[in-house]
Amino acid sequence: MTLDILDQQLIAAIQDGLELTSKPFARIASQLGISEQIVLNRLQQLKDNGTIKRLGVVVRHRELGFKANAMVVWDIPDDRVNEIAQRIASFECVTLCYQRPRRMPEWSYNLFSMIHGKDRQSVLERLTDLIEILELQDINNKPLFSTRCFKQRGGRYINPDKIIACSILPLNTSLNSPLKTRHIHNDKTGDDFALPLVINHAYG
Amino acid sequence: MLTQLEKQLLNDYQQGMPMVSEPYSEIAREINLKGFSVTEKEVIDTLASLKERGMISRVGPVFQPRNVGSSTLAAIAVPAERMEEVANIVSSFSQVNHNYEREHQFNLWFVVTAGSQDEVEQALYEIEQQTGLSVMNLPMEQDYHIDLGFPLWC
Repeated sequence: MTLDILDQQLIAAIQDGLELTSKPFARIASQLGISEQIVLNRLQQLKDNGTIKRLGVVVRHRELGFKANAMVVWDIPDDRVNEIAQRIASFECVTLCYQRPRRMPEWSYNLFSMIHGKDRQSVLERLTDLIEILELQDINNKPLFSTRCFKQRGGRYINPDKIIACSILPLNTSLNSPLKTRHIHNDKTGDDFALPLVINHAYG
Repeated sequence: MLTQLEKQLLNDYQQGMPMVSEPYSEIAREINLKGFSVTEKEVIDTLASLKERGMISRVGPVFQPRNVGSSTLAAIAVPAERMEEVANIVSSFSQVNHNYEREHQFNLWFVVTAGSQDEVEQALYEIEQQTGLSVMNLPMEQDYHIDLGFPLWC
């Protein structure tokens, strides 16, 4: 995925959140010196090409009463990881599911999933259900409950100062600038998923 | 406790919001179709209040892994008596956006996010230098999660 300078400027402008004012996109447009319609079009493109997974309310699970979370790690045979991971990922209350490298000998787990719940017991019950329903009794797993949160916020991918520095570089130097385009991958745990909520009258 | 309006906003607008000039006005219009009677200002004030109370972190984007920036999950096996000190060093890095203590020999888990893989690796190196502890680096190889947000109890 290649992001041009305008994409990067837009991402820098929205990564900490939209302003809670009547016309948040117009505010960004005036910051960047472009029209509101271009901001909306570009953001729509970034959504359409999958760069922005979603743009909306990002909830904080602990404050909403989902106080327990376990990072459940699995040691899955390499030839089965794809199939099993897809089934774990689609199980209810699993909010993240990533494959990562093993680091032998101290770390043998290659799949990471996150399960949230009101309390420790409900997370463990959910995990028990998951293992039974998906028939994963033969797969070694370990739930790592979080006992303390030292820091939690959205990732800051782009330093706005660096974009400005990049965009005023002479043309011949900017051609090879690593900031001109980006082709990289990222990662996350914690708050960056849609937490399924229930409204009593809608789903009671 | 959450009001009906707060629940509606939390439930209906995680996956997306109207991409129009006045999105909060459009949200008010959409919600009013469901029997509410709210103004744009009430929507804005309610979101601001949810944010102030820490229940939402932002009205903003979640980026697709692999498309924007670079990041990794990392862990350190911290001696119990050094946990606070080491956790504070790790949290002090602006590239660290999540930092949790977890129940395992590897007891400090954090996410490092930056514009490039080099910047991520530089931050990990500096964390090792400042803490004197080795960092286990576990970059994502594959994302299996589909962010659908089914309505259910967790």
